[in-house]
Amino acid sequence: MKYGVVVFPGSNCDRDAQYALAEDMGKEVIMLWHKDKDLGMFTTDDCIILPGGFSYGDYLRCGAIARFSPMMQSVIEFANKGGKVLGVCNGFQILCESGLLPGVLLNNAHQQFVCNNVFIKTNNGEPLKIPIAHGDGRFFAEDHILDELEANNQVIFKYCDALGNIGTAFNPNGAVRNIAGIKNKNGNVFGMMPHPERATSAALSNTDGKKVFDILGLN
Amino acid sequence: MEITAKTAQELRLTAEEFELIKQKLGRTPNFTELCAFSGMWSEHCSYKNSIRWLKTLPRSGGRMLVEAGEENAGLMDIGNGFGVVFKIESHNHPSAIEPFQGAATGVGGIQRDIFTMGARPIASLNSLRFGNIKDKKTQRLLSGVVKGIGHYGNCFGVPTVGGEVYFEEGYHTNPLVNAMSVGIVQAGKTVSATAEGIGNPVFFVGSATGKDGIGGASFASANITAESTEELPAVQVGDPFQEKKLLEACLEVIETGAVVGMQDMGAAGIICSTAEMSAKGKSGMHIDLDKVPTRQKNMKAWELLLSESQERMLIVVEKGKEAAVLKVFEKWDLPCSEIGHVTGDGLLKFYMHGELEAEIPAYELVLGGGAPQYTREYAAPDYLDNIAAFSQDSIEDIADTAALKAVAEQVIQIPNIASKKWITVQYDSTVGAANASTNAPSDAAIVLAKGTGKALAVTTDCNSRYVYANPHKGAMIAVAEAARNIVCSGGEPIGVTNCLNFGNPYNPGVYYQFVQAVNGMGEACRKFNTPVTGGNVSFYNQNPEGAVYPTPTIGMVGILDDFGTRTTLDYKETGDVILLIGEQQNDIASSEYLHKIKGVEFSPAPHFELDEEFAVQKFVTSIIKEQLIKSAHDISEGGLIVTLIEKGFHRGLGFDVAADAGIRLDAYWLGEAQSRVVVTATKEQAEAIKHKGASNHIPVTVLGTVTSGGVTVNGEGWGAISEWKDKYDNAIGNLLKASAGEIIEMGADMEPMELN
Amino acid sequence: MTYNIQIKVMPLKDLLDPQGKAVLGGLQNLGLTGVADVRIGKHITLQIDAESKEYAKQIAEEASKKLLANPVMEFFEIEMVD
Repeated sequence: MKYGVVVFPGSNCDRDAQYALAEDMGKEVIMLWHKDKDLGMFTTDDCIILPGGFSYGDYLRCGAIARFSPMMQSVIEFANKGGKVLGVCNGFQILCESGLLPGVLLNNAHQQFVCNNVFIKTNNGEPLKIPIAHGDGRFFAEDHILDELEANNQVIFKYCDALGNIGTAFNPNGAVRNIAGIKNKNGNVFGMMPHPERATSAALSNTDGKKVFDILGLN
Repeated sequence: MEITAKTAQELRLTAEEFELIKQKLGRTPNFTELCAFSGMWSEHCSYKNSIRWLKTLPRSGGRMLVEAGEENAGLMDIGNGFGVVFKIESHNHPSAIEPFQGAATGVGGIQRDIFTMGARPIASLNSLRFGNIKDKKTQRLLSGVVKGIGHYGNCFGVPTVGGEVYFEEGYHTNPLVNAMSVGIVQAGKTVSATAEGIGNPVFFVGSATGKDGIGGASFASANITAESTEELPAVQVGDPFQEKKLLEACLEVIETGAVVGMQDMGAAGIICSTAEMSAKGKSGMHIDLDKVPTRQKNMKAWELLLSESQERMLIVVEKGKEAAVLKVFEKWDLPCSEIGHVTGDGLLKFYMHGELEAEIPAYELVLGGGAPQYTREYAAPDYLDNIAAFSQDSIEDIADTAALKAVAEQVIQIPNIASKKWITVQYDSTVGAANASTNAPSDAAIVLAKGTGKALAVTTDCNSRYVYANPHKGAMIAVAEAARNIVCSGGEPIGVTNCLNFGNPYNPGVYYQFVQAVNGMGEACRKFNTPVTGGNVSFYNQNPEGAVYPTPTIGMVGILDDFGTRTTLDYKETGDVILLIGEQQNDIASSEYLHKIKGVEFSPAPHFELDEEFAVQKFVTSIIKEQLIKSAHDISEGGLIVTLIEKGFHRGLGFDVAADAGIRLDAYWLGEAQSRVVVTATKEQAEAIKHKGASNHIPVTVLGTVTSGGVTVNGEGWGAISEWKDKYDNAIGNLLKASAGEIIEMGADMEPMELN
Repeated sequence: MTYNIQIKVMPLKDLLDPQGKAVLGGLQNLGLTGVADVRIGKHITLQIDAESKEYAKQIAEEASKKLLANPVMEFFEIEMVD
């Protein structure tokens, strides 16, 4: 699997994603400039990463301006053809703004930026320790959409504690139903607030991020 | 308008300085020229009241690649063909006026100093001082400053990995906001702040220029009207998004090989960068001010010269290579205009509408050139008598271990000691995926310098109450503690950047503090072989009620050639032996206990001997290299008991210790004598450490053992470490919550202050 | 009597507005090149119980000065709806 990492003006996790994938996980990574359009070097077996950061300064609404960049038009096309796309943090926000994923990421319930280690888990998986760093990470969607997401197994991660107990006490931003990440109906577009690319190295004493890529079938 | 000594005074130049300017120019300057001198001969740009003393600091040697003051920031060799660039700077006065934007632009300014040299910033730190945390005004400032630092740093994408926050009454009106940045540059890719090559074009890059930060000069302008004052923004607004683009574009433009010199525009804006770059390159510049992109209409020449609008760079480009440069800035959607060229006559000539607005020899404007240098009068301030008069015999000792427990519970909740988590979670500390301390805490933050094969240990330190008590010794302690933090983390201290925050230098008592502190700092830096690579002086942190505690903040960088020497601070395993390296002292002077719990304002600095400190640090380094310890944490604010408790938090392990020295109970557990480190080791390692200590004449004392979570002192159960952690973690949040019921008014409760 | 009051809070006229600047760039990238400037502020509505319109306005003024706008960086305009 080959990886493309989109660089928007204001992206600041693009290099981290590149380093994690190329150096820590030995993958081929191609950096993609937001003004370009060409995704010809990728097949739908490959994965495009929308990295974290503050694309366009996060002004107006997070992800709102990046969504209209030329490269995003190609990414939307790529996703609609079944290509794999992972949006992390700001990338998740861009995916929601562009309509590739349902819902929206609102300002954290406590109205403060928060950077911390959190634990997340899939329905039946083990708790994974992954860092978060965001001011707008409170996932929200209407109840009928949430019901649908849960019924289709589209909620990929929920916030939990070190033992795997899911609950609002371990939810860092007030996300509805403790949702940390979701995927689309077809299962090829993924968005999550925590940063797996910040947890792929023994020197940082945390390699749980690699497991995230495994779980999502992106390794 | 007629230019007189009175005009000069309104521009904060003395009558003598005005005469000096006339002498240097051979004529009376016009208003624009006088503004240029006013900006360049300000304290901030000229260091006129400090430079004589700063020159006594060790400013070269070791791994230094450029001498202090030569470039925008210090540059030191870390091996493998890489250098580390670092600097600390204050943004105290702007933060007092508008805490959010003041702190934000402080963070932005220091990052530009790093990447203007061609380095990519990889770590930020900040050193903050506020008044009493229970005070409404302090809470407003704290909240604004923390949000501002987060806003800029988080968006810019450099992790905030460390720093310090202190709350003392003396900072009520004058908070301190010092920001430090550390970057990495490949050898041969560094860029100098110089203008060379006659005819080379000068480019202006980044944000458009507005009338930002020129208030002082404006009021001296005869043309100012009531209407025009309203146009003057009192604050500068930072745009981290613009700066992030500027960073990437500047690093990319260096790769083109077309850049001759580059400097960011900070204090005194265009006049400062054109003057400093020209003076350094022994050249001059011809600048068309009409070509500077502006945000406001009808800006005057002097406004353009002095404006401190953020996120701007001046770049001298090799003639013929302009296209490559323009292409990069176009890619990043950054405005880039050619505004002039380099000349050979040493003169700065500024034109507007075809007319020569100002003509000044660049050399005469700059520090090291024509800028004046003063030594102010100094005399020991009276309060030092009160300090000398203190005797700890007047303080009753803590009665027994039970009473000690109650005091320890109070001490770990003192805001200066308690967890700063409420603050630090608002900073992105993990972007860059290089902060090795996130999951493995140590005394200094450990940051991987990716691609270099090295890691850095970085820290900021200054206990200003020690400096207040004894400026010379206090400044030495600040250096020693920074070095100790790096040593305890397994690093080798290599260099210092300093931020000297003091009151009014025209006050002899304040200047005494300054002189003594610089002397002490120099002595300690020479001992630790950590030259001072640069930094910043902030005077006038003073209000009618007095000056802030003298606060010479030390930012120190250390290197880990081998990541294997990285040492963390936390207890590792039940049963490990807890040892104290260094000597217990019968001393409670200047401790948090004495000051905050006992309410004693005046007491001497704690015990400190430079040679003793150096020997202890050398010993700790050697036992780390020989892999004899499993953790190391130095003793600082709150004394031994706080160190022991803090070591338990990360893994939820406790300790069982007992005292056996014949000294006061409070001094043993809460005293802040320097040069002490608590380490843990296996039983075998502990024997080896004791043996090694005896042969090196370093006191080594076995204090007890690590437990699975219980805390026992002198045989008495003190509960579980988790209970202590709760108190420590939540103290600051609880204090803020307790008074959050009332609305914190914005802009209210503003007090006038002297501006720097 | 309850009065509906709308308050506009905007960055001071000559102060840099990074948000407005970034949105301007976004609009121009969308091809809306005719847009020459963007400035972004806040719109706040208040419902105020007061004896008179004048008093309600006075309360709104005080609210704006003390909390809603930061006079160092923003100005405000009050509009009475009814």
